[in-house]
Amino acid sequence: MYFLTELKEGLAISFRAIRSNKMRSALTMLGIIIGIVSVTAMATAIDGLNKAFDRSAKAFGTDIMYVEKWPWISNDDWSTIRNRPEMKLEYADLIERHATLLDAVAPVVVSRRKVSNGNQSLEDAFVTGTTASYNAASGNTELDGRFFSQEESSGGRPVCVIGATVAETLFPIGDPIGRTIRIGGFPYTVLGVYEKQGGLWGRFTSDTRVFVPIHSFQTHFGGKHWLTINVRVANLEQSEEAKLELEGIMRQARRLPPGKPNDFNINQQEILTSTFAQFNLVVAGIGLFITGLSLFVGGIGIMNIMFVSVTERTREIGVRKAIGARRRTILMQFLIEAATLCLIGGLIGLVIAFILVQIVNAAFLPASMPASVVVIAILVSLLVGVVSGFLPAYRAARMDPVEALRYE
Amino acid sequence: MTPVIHLEQISKMYDMGGAEEVHALRGVSLNIQKNEYVAIMGPSGSGKSTLMNIIGCLDTPSTGLYEFNGINVSDMDDNDLAKIRNKEIGFVFQTFNLLARSDALHNVELPLVYAGVSSSERKERALETLTHVGLGDRAHHRPNELSGGQRQRVAVARALVTRPSIILADEPTGNLDSKTGEEIMMLFEELHRQGNTIILVTHEPDVADHAHRTIRLRDGKIETDEKVTKRKTYTAAEVS
Repeated sequence: MYFLTELKEGLAISFRAIRSNKMRSALTMLGIIIGIVSVTAMATAIDGLNKAFDRSAKAFGTDIMYVEKWPWISNDDWSTIRNRPEMKLEYADLIERHATLLDAVAPVVVSRRKVSNGNQSLEDAFVTGTTASYNAASGNTELDGRFFSQEESSGGRPVCVIGATVAETLFPIGDPIGRTIRIGGFPYTVLGVYEKQGGLWGRFTSDTRVFVPIHSFQTHFGGKHWLTINVRVANLEQSEEAKLELEGIMRQARRLPPGKPNDFNINQQEILTSTFAQFNLVVAGIGLFITGLSLFVGGIGIMNIMFVSVTERTREIGVRKAIGARRRTILMQFLIEAATLCLIGGLIGLVIAFILVQIVNAAFLPASMPASVVVIAILVSLLVGVVSGFLPAYRAARMDPVEALRYE
Repeated sequence: MTPVIHLEQISKMYDMGGAEEVHALRGVSLNIQKNEYVAIMGPSGSGKSTLMNIIGCLDTPSTGLYEFNGINVSDMDDNDLAKIRNKEIGFVFQTFNLLARSDALHNVELPLVYAGVSSSERKERALETLTHVGLGDRAHHRPNELSGGQRQRVAVARALVTRPSIILADEPTGNLDSKTGEEIMMLFEELHRQGNTIILVTHEPDVADHAHRTIRLRDGKIETDEKVTKRKTYTAAEVS
């Protein structure tokens, strides 16, 4: 009860003090406003980056492993990796025959070719040769129409499935399914269209790809291409065991004696996410530190102005003490004043940051301010107020009433 | 009967740095009973301000015993002293010391805020006290919208609102012209008649003449302590 009365009185005093020193308060708040705008904008950007990454990482699928010559991320010497033997198509059959913990295996080869539909064309589309199992052994599943069948795949039929961007480019109007397009000059019939994936890495998603049966691919575009074998883990809980099994099969296929290191890599989405998490932590740390500095400067401004305010009101403090204000009451009064200044500054900063985010959202990138950032910004501005107001408030609380009353 | 104020061998030394010490008070002893009207006089440097600060619990004595209503306050800590000041002592200052940004009503309310009284009761009591000093119609005026005499009345109302044991007035007419000064002295007279204990610190004999008892200080000691014989009084007609 007493505390509430004190709080109400403290707030009333703060508002009167802020109102009677409008210019000074506004300038002091500006420091906090700039601090909060930069911190929240930075936090929103980091959050946006995270979300974009998560969305993109989904394209790789959590249950998909990619057997490749090259690791996705590595500190190893580039030349030793380059000297590894190439991946071979028959590994896919070996894995399919021996693996017990995998339920889909699809070899994937990629070549960049021009695809066209009449006048509409796309240079350098990622033409991907694979088998009917691909749709099961990849992160892309949302499909309009259908993927090619086992028969079409092994028969090398001129059929294809296209990504969303390819579909948009080649067929600005109308349904692509059933139509014939030209891939590297050869006619292919469109069986299905993938839904748009978006995300950070367009080239890894299905958006700019064209999928054709691997045999057609080899006939039309040759056999020497970078081969990846996609496999899907049957049971996510056994993904470690599945990886070991896969490693064993691959080592046998490569005829590697025990003790020799793998000359292939089993890549997973996890590799990307964990690397990105580290990277993101560093970016977030540096970004928030630098923007936090501006908030710190704002806090110093608050401290400075609170010292001025305390000195100016020495006599008032004396009077308040004479008529019964305790140390704690005076301390609270000035803390509340500092916190109020910061809180108002913080709220104005949040509004400005929110408007900025809306502008960015409308003009450049999808961006939204997460609720957690709003809550944290409010708490941080309160904290800045309390921390920077503490020393001045403590000085006020410690004043000797006799001295304070005599102050001119 | 227990005196409201009981001072026994009160001394106050100020350390001026080094070996130098200033003795503001040297062994002051005195009792003030309920409903007394006392003037404390003395030239500047006599120690009357120090004595007032100690009586007002704004300061503590270096040595000696101070009992307020029978309670030893000589070695109370800051918070307890603040509580005593809040509940038992009403200050009236020479320069009024009102909060410039608050209206009369809020100024009078302030001691009740620190006493933790609820808002509605605060307003009621503050308005009642303002009416009592004749300013019921000025409750929402700020100090700069009031005359000097009215400001001092607000200050008196602020001193009275907690119904304290003593009213401690430090040169209450020092910043007023003589006519308004007289009006304030009449107000004190009336408050005394209503049973309040009043301690007046002044160097003007004219003002001190209103009191019933005059204590003169010199060099930190009580020089004289006597009943006033030919007091200035007002007729009942003048008071009302």
